This record gives sequence, C-alpha cells and structure tokens, in this order.
Amino acid sequence: MRPFLYERPTSVSAAIAMASRLDARNVAPTQAKTQFIAGGTNLADYMKLGVAQPERLLDLNELTEPALRQIKTDDDTIRFGALVRMGEAADNNDVRRRCPLLADSLKFAASGQLRNMASLAGNVLQRTRCEYFRETSWPCNKREPGSGCAAMQGVNRQHAVLGTSDACIATYHGDFAQALIALDAVVEVEGQRGPRKIPFASLHRLPGDTPNIETDLAADEVIVAIEVPLDPWSRRSRYLKIRDRESYAFALASAAVALEMDGNTVRQARIALGGVATVPWRARAAEDALRGNVLDDKIAAAAAEAAFADARPREHNAFKIPLGKRTLVRALLETRDMKV
Amino acid sequence: MNQAAPVPKENQGEPVVRIDGRLKVTGQASYPADIATANVAYGVLATSSIARGKVSKVHTEEARAVPGVLDIVTYGDMDETDTPKFGNTGASSIGPLHDKTIFHEGQIIALVVAETFEAAEEASMLIRADYEDEPPSASFDSKGVKVEPAAGKSPMLQEDVKAGDFDAAYASAAVKIDQKYSTPTQHHNPIELFSTTAMWQGHQLTIHEPSQNVTGWKIELARQLKIDPANVRIVSPYVGGAFGSKGPMTARTAIVAVAARRVGRPVRCVVSRMQAFNTQTYRAETRHRIRIGAGKDGRITAFGHEGWEVTSRPDPYVVGGTSATGRMYNYGSVLTHVSIVHADRNTPGYMRSPPETPYVYALENAMDEMAVALGMDPVEFRRINEPEKEPIGGKPFSSRSLVKCYDQAAEAFGWSKRDAAVGSMRDGDWLVGMGCATAIYPTASAPCAARVRLTSDGQVRVQCGSHEIGTGVRTVAGQMAAERLGIGMDKVSVEMGDSALPPAPVSGGSISTASVCSAVLKACDAVRAKLFAAAVARDGPLAGSGNAKLDMEQEKIVASGGKSAKLSDVFKVMQVGAIEEYAEFAPKGSTPEALKKLYAGQAEFHGGDQDKDSVKYAFGAEFVEVRINSYTREIRVPRIVGAFAAGRIMNTRTARSQLMGGMIWGIGQALHEATEIDRRNARYVNRDLQDYLVPVNADIKQVDVILVPEVDLDVNPAGVKGLGELGNVGTAAAVASAVYHATGKRIRDLPIRIDNLIS
Repeated sequence: MRPFLYERPTSVSAAIAMASRLDARNVAPTQAKTQFIAGGTNLADYMKLGVAQPERLLDLNELTEPALRQIKTDDDTIRFGALVRMGEAADNNDVRRRCPLLADSLKFAASGQLRNMASLAGNVLQRTRCEYFRETSWPCNKREPGSGCAAMQGVNRQHAVLGTSDACIATYHGDFAQALIALDAVVEVEGQRGPRKIPFASLHRLPGDTPNIETDLAADEVIVAIEVPLDPWSRRSRYLKIRDRESYAFALASAAVALEMDGNTVRQARIALGGVATVPWRARAAEDALRGNVLDDKIAAAAAEAAFADARPREHNAFKIPLGKRTLVRALLETRDMKV
Repeated sequence: MNQAAPVPKENQGEPVVRIDGRLKVTGQASYPADIATANVAYGVLATSSIARGKVSKVHTEEARAVPGVLDIVTYGDMDETDTPKFGNTGASSIGPLHDKTIFHEGQIIALVVAETFEAAEEASMLIRADYEDEPPSASFDSKGVKVEPAAGKSPMLQEDVKAGDFDAAYASAAVKIDQKYSTPTQHHNPIELFSTTAMWQGHQLTIHEPSQNVTGWKIELARQLKIDPANVRIVSPYVGGAFGSKGPMTARTAIVAVAARRVGRPVRCVVSRMQAFNTQTYRAETRHRIRIGAGKDGRITAFGHEGWEVTSRPDPYVVGGTSATGRMYNYGSVLTHVSIVHADRNTPGYMRSPPETPYVYALENAMDEMAVALGMDPVEFRRINEPEKEPIGGKPFSSRSLVKCYDQAAEAFGWSKRDAAVGSMRDGDWLVGMGCATAIYPTASAPCAARVRLTSDGQVRVQCGSHEIGTGVRTVAGQMAAERLGIGMDKVSVEMGDSALPPAPVSGGSISTASVCSAVLKACDAVRAKLFAAAVARDGPLAGSGNAKLDMEQEKIVASGGKSAKLSDVFKVMQVGAIEEYAEFAPKGSTPEALKKLYAGQAEFHGGDQDKDSVKYAFGAEFVEVRINSYTREIRVPRIVGAFAAGRIMNTRTARSQLMGGMIWGIGQALHEATEIDRRNARYVNRDLQDYLVPVNADIKQVDVILVPEVDLDVNPAGVKGLGELGNVGTAAAVASAVYHATGKRIRDLPIRIDNLIS
C-alpha cells in the first residue's frame, strides 16, 4: 500500500469542498487523486493490492447529517441514507415486509462481517472483481486505459455476457443494485454543481471504449441517499441468486423480480439480472414479454429468451446464458407463487 | 450419533477435550508470527510476473528510496549459502536467488526488509525486473512440456505395481469400462498464513515458522546456511492449518535468516495469500485413465490405472496413488503406469492424502460407473470384490473392516430407501441423488523419541518434537501418558513443536498419533518399571508383591492382589523428586540406521505397503445425498455419513473432528476447489479466498461420523491407525456418484459445477 493522506470531513458540504480541491473536473472518479471511503470493504482491498492508488482519502464516516444514517419509510417510498450499512437495511422490518427484494438482495450479498461495514452508497459503487482487474501485473483497460484486456481470451468463467464491449467484459457483481434498477430507484447526489437526482438506471455506464468511466458521477460528487418508490409490485418481489456455494460468493446469475398480478395474469413486471452483465441490468424486453400474459412456464421461458437475446458468450462463460435464463424462469415462478 | 464427543466403543479412548482448545478459541495460543520480539524488522517478498525465462536485471533503486527500507536481499546475496534440495524436507531444488532462471510465475526475486510492514510492502511493489522471457508451458497438453515415466525418474515412486495378465483378462471381460478422469490444481489456503521469523543471538539462529517437521528443517536449514545444526532451533508450538503445506521447508526460510543476519535484527516475513500460491507447495492437477473388466457376476478380472501428474521443470514430484488403488479390491489382474509432466510451474507438494485423494477419486468414480454397467448395487459390487489378500503381492491385510464400514454407514444413511433408477428421486423442484465410495489410507509409523517426567506430586510432563497441526496429537499424547501413569489429564502437560525437544518424524502421512503414542508409551513404561521396582523392593510400600501384576491408577500403584501404594510414598522410598525417562520407538522392520536417521531429520516410514508380513491400511465408507435444483442445477449436500475403522481410537472427539473435517474438505474438492490457470502464460488467476472457493458453513449441513471398532495390534505398539488423511479420500467420488444418480450425468472432471449440469 502506498502512503496517502487521510481526512475526516464532518459535513457533506465540507467533503465536497475537499474533494474538488485536488482533481480536475473531468477526471473519472475511479482515477481521481481524492477518493471517498465509507465502509472500505472494497476500496481498502484495492489499495492494498495497488489497484487503487489515491493520494487522499476522505472518510465519510464522520459526517454528521442524521439523514445519512436513516431509513425512512412512508406510503410511497423507502429512503435509505447513504451511510446506512447493508446489514441494517437487510434486517429492517419495514424494508423486509414492504419490499422483500430489497432485503434479500442485501442479505444474500457478501458475508455478515462485510454487511456490517459496507455502506449502501458504497455498495452500489463497488468495482468489479474481475481477476485480471484485481492484479496489477495484467493488462486491463478498466484499470489502465488502453493497456488491453487479459480476460477476453483468458479465464473468463465469471465474466459478463450482456453489455460487454471489445474493451471490457468485467461483470458488475453487486446484488443490491439489481433490486434498485428493477424498482426504478433514484439516487440523490450532492456536489460542486449542487444537488441533483439521477435515476438509478442512469448511474452506471456501459464499458464501451472507456471502461474506466463507470458512473455518471463527477469526482467531487457524493451520493447522499437512495430513494425507492413503493409500487403495487413491491410486496410480490424476490431476489434469486445462484452461485458456486451457498454463501459468500458472487452470483453466477441472479434475478431481481417484482410482479403485480391480476389473478394469474401479469399486470406489471420489473426485472433485473445480476452476475451476467457489465452494469446493473434491467431486462425490459422480458418485462414486455410478460405484461398482460398468464404467467406459466412457457411465458416465463419466452421472457427469459428475450432477456438474453443479445448475450455474447466467451470461451468459459457460455453456461451463463442457459443458467441466466433458468434463473429468471425460476425467479418468475417463485415470485408468482409468493403469498402476499 | 452426530455429537462432538462420541461415546467410546470397544478399543476407543475417552473424548478428552483438547489440552489447547481453550487457548485456541480465546486467541491466547501464540502462532509463530505472533511471537513478541523486540526490534523486529519486516520482510516482504517481491516475485516474478513471468513463468519462464531469465532475469537480466533487478531494479531496486526506487524501493531502496522508500523511507524505512533497511535492506534488499536479491541475486548475489545468497551466494554464500547452499541451494535448497528437493526431497521430503525441502519443497524444491529451485534456489530462487541463487539462479536467475525463472522456473515459474511468482518466483522470489527479492526480499525487502524495512522498519515497518507497510514500508516493506510499498517498496516490494516498486521492485522491477527486466526479463528475457520465453513462452511457458502451463500444464497438460501445453506445447513444450516434458512427459516421462515416474518410476525410475522419481525417488517417490519405486515401481508401477502390476499383477497377472491384464491385457488378456481385460480383452476377454464380459463387461468393461474405459474412462478418463481428472482432478484440478488445488492450493493450500491455511488461515494461518505462511511466515518466517528469524533471530540470531551470536551464532545461534532461532526460526519461528509454522512447521510439520522441526527436526528435518533444523538439519536442512543448517546445511543451506553452512552452520552447525546444533546452532539452529526451529520453533512452531501451534500451527493454524498444515495438511502438508508446512511439511517441506521452502526457499524463503534461508533467505529470511540471511536477511536477519545482514540487518543485525530479527526479521519477520509473513507471506501474502497471493504470493503463497507460488512460493508454497500445492496439489498439482492429475489425469487418469481407468479400465475395469468384470464377469457378468460382477467379479472384477482386470483393473488398469494410468495416471499423469504435473510437476515443475527441475523436480520429479509425484504422488503415484496406484499402490493403494491397485490393492483396493480383488481384481485378478492389475496394470498401472504413472507419468510425470514437467511444466513451467512451481514444484507441487503434499496435500492431505496426497496419493489417495486424486487416485481413489478416479477409481471410485469408475467403480460406480462399473456398477451401473453391471446393473448392480454399488455397495454390493464392492462387497463381491472384497479381497482375502491384496492382489499385488498376495499379502494379507493386517486388518480390513471395509465391509463393516459399508454396513454401518449404509444403515445410518438409509441406503435401502434409495431407488436405484436415475432421476427417480425428487423433492419438489429438487432432484435427489445418493452415492457412495470407499476411503482408504495406508497405516504407517516412523521412529520417534519422547521424554516423560513424573514428579512426586503427580505432575506429568511429556516432551516430543512432534507438531500440533490441529489433529489433537498434543492431547492424545497426554492421554497416553495419563492412562499409563494413572494420572488425571489436569496434571499432564505436553510440549511439542520445537527442535530442541526429542526428535519426532515429520507430521505427515497420518503417522503422528501412532509414532508419538508408541514413543510416549515406551517412556511411560520405563517410568513404571522404575516405580514398580522400588515399590516391591524389600523396603518398598508393596514389598512382597513382586509376583503380582502391577498397574498405575489414581496416583497409586495397584497390585493385582488389591494392595496399593500412593505414588508419593514410592518417591519417598526412592529419595527422588522426579523420574524422567527418554525413549526411542522404532517400528517393526526398521533398518539399523532408522534411529540415527531420526536425529538427522529423516523419517523412515514403515507399514502401508512396505512390510513383508502384511499390508496395513485404514478403511472407510462414505455415503452422500445431493440435491440439485431442476431449473438452475446448483448442487447442495444436505447430508453425508462416513463410517471408518482405524484400529485403536485414542480419543473419539479428536478422531471424529479429523474425519469430519476430511469429509467436509472432500465436499469442497467435489464441488468448489480449483486453481484456475491462464494457459497463455502459465499464471494462476484466482489467488485469493474470494475466487479460490472452499465450502462455507452454509454449504455443510449434516455430517455424521461413525467410528467402527477395530483391533489391530500388528500395526504398532499403540494399535493405532492414523486417520487424519482418511476422511477426504473417496468423498468426491461419492458426490460424483450421487450427482449421476440424480441427473444421469457422469461428471469425471472435478470440480463438479453448475457449468457441467446445465445445458
């Protein structure tokens, strides 16, 4: 690990002011000299490995605004403060009762210890665990733009089949983000240019030619809250995560599903897919295939086909396509059968 | 049945709690890297990023400029020392700083020493090397590998065992299979990281390092450093996960010792988990071709087992498990052949049941296939082929309770409820599969010394340079002394893990309990003899009981007639405060040099397939239930039952614990564990616990261990068969058999993952 400055701002405005001091406006947050740290479960790891080499860390854990640590529920929304820990949100009774998908996506992620540390805002901004990204001796366009991609022809069993580019096939591994994108969450951000709200679906960027640019955020912007609307489909919602072992592993494939049913007919569907894409992945084609239809095995399979129509496999990850489809089918049928 | 302290049955010892259990779970046990030392400096390795070539220059300027850096040990700095040797004590012949040739990825190119760990780590990342690199050969099928027969090329495999005319028998067999199997690269990932702390006091060198072989390391390190072994001490009181990984000494130990001498202060080097994948030993990938021929009645007439194993360029490491697979059943004819494949990789080494885990996996998966081909119940198929004598040399088994193990495990598991038809058992959306396999491990022992002291107040101290690697050997050695001397366990202390103690063999090959307990038994008997002589002497408290049978219990000497004398009274007569006896045990059949070799750090193994009169093995039978989701095909293991017979069980608690741990590891080998290799450049890509998967608690549900009573006094004086490596043999085959039963898919290449089952 390289030496770095460590500072603890006590207000959001101070954090933003400190963050904007060192870096040019247009630098990608992942490559900025100043980095925010909250739970540190991802960044500290990457600093030890030399993957992240910030000159200055701004620790957000001393911020005093109470809302940052609160979960607020009203009739229409759940609002998560940015510093709420994954474990707190997963265990929150309101969240669990009113939107099981949100709670499950958190509960099935990481380990108990990590969930107790990791903040929700940090969680959605976690970086890929691509084996070649994580070790600095390999070429990686995400870590060192223009250096190439070792995963493309390498060991790529864990890698993405959706949203890939010729520059990067690294998977976005997060689970919570799949729930958020499915449920049309909104991210509240503050920065030098003032506060703004970003639809969750616009927060992450496809890798394209610039996989080092991962989000729509500027280097001085900090997420202060995540707001999730509560809709008729929130209660009938589920997160199914398939992995190599039963806990403490990233998804090989996962499905975030929320359904509003009229008898056996789907009135509304919200679907996202994890473990298979480079960014949080909303499967709108699958939602369209379901809407207005009786949900049975056949229509579920048709939705799954639609979801993976554009999938592009590599040498070792072709199994993710049938697995991803079956995961979605199973999640749809299990969600249909939920007693709410 | 499933309890931590099973009630002892015939020939089984009490489930005494581990002497060091509380220390370990409360964090009070000091592992080698925990030892407090004043003025310690920190060492961090720098390693190569290529797998094959030559280092033309190492750039250390930037690293030396990091504040706090004291020294960098690199090429040229080890020239005064001898290169490591490959063998039982040394992991590899590669002397990374003696020779600028790069034999594998992650080879040590320097050790940075600094005032703090952080400075050393930062500096190590700034070391750069210029390489003349060559295209490396990663593994099987890679261009440029060298394939050669193991027998004759490796000291580790004497011969390819065979019996009868395999070709003729196989050709004429009514039912036969010919299949290929493989096991992946697997890496040790003990939670206690590998480390070396070196301290010099004048000419005296003390090394604190987790070790399974302190005496062997003392001798080998002294040879490399060209100093008197009397000036070297290896200390390793606790080891946090060994399983073979801490058996052979690696090149790092001497490098850290040289660094400590150069900076004139203690140096501690804790190897990162990533670097350990390349600087420590591992289980190399294996391939197998198995041919089995049988009559329609299920009697095997021909067994052929060919194995291929990867090793490094310079070292002919091989496990060659055909000795065990070739003796497992009543085959009629046997043909085996083992080949080694030299690639640009670090030298492999021992990993829990080194030969049996991969080779018996292949055999037992094939046995299940053969049972299917015969339309026969797999348990019945094994019963039919139970041998009177082993087929290679025609020797009897000293004892063999395999059928009993199958009977007891099958009953506990409920095997009779299994519907043999593939895919026939279901629970909702989950396919249910049941399978079984045999476990086998050779029973060996080696020369061992021990010292036992009994004081007049009834305190016992046992000293033995063996190693508590988690097996419970410290506890069972204490139990042996407590029983023999009639003292409560609360008054027994046991010292181990220090080369200053009486020498013991390497703690490998499941020999420790048998070897250590036999030596402790002998020392205790010498103590008893002195006490008994004094007790029955003319002025002794039991004068006149000279012809009685004497024993010790509850701090008394008890005569068969009923008379007894307090221990303290006997000591009074003897006018001594303590009796201390030093004993050397050598197994039956030991060469005249066996004990001399013990002091030279070389263990002469006896037993297994080595003895003239009989072959000696421990056996077990394992039954597994799997559940596979019919949509998403993930595999779960709700329960596993194993029954094992291993002679005298010293302690049912520690025995169960080892067997249970083995079975859990076996599940991991079946479903999770594999090191991924990027074949383009012969580099490992999943060098951490995030991507190198082992089972977590959520993966392990019900694990039942049945300890089947068995008496075998032929194996060693203690009557003990080692069982530390028995539990994970066969497990992966039982899982593969269950997966086949559930799905109809025969998976022959481990690990079995969703990829294999989803179409």
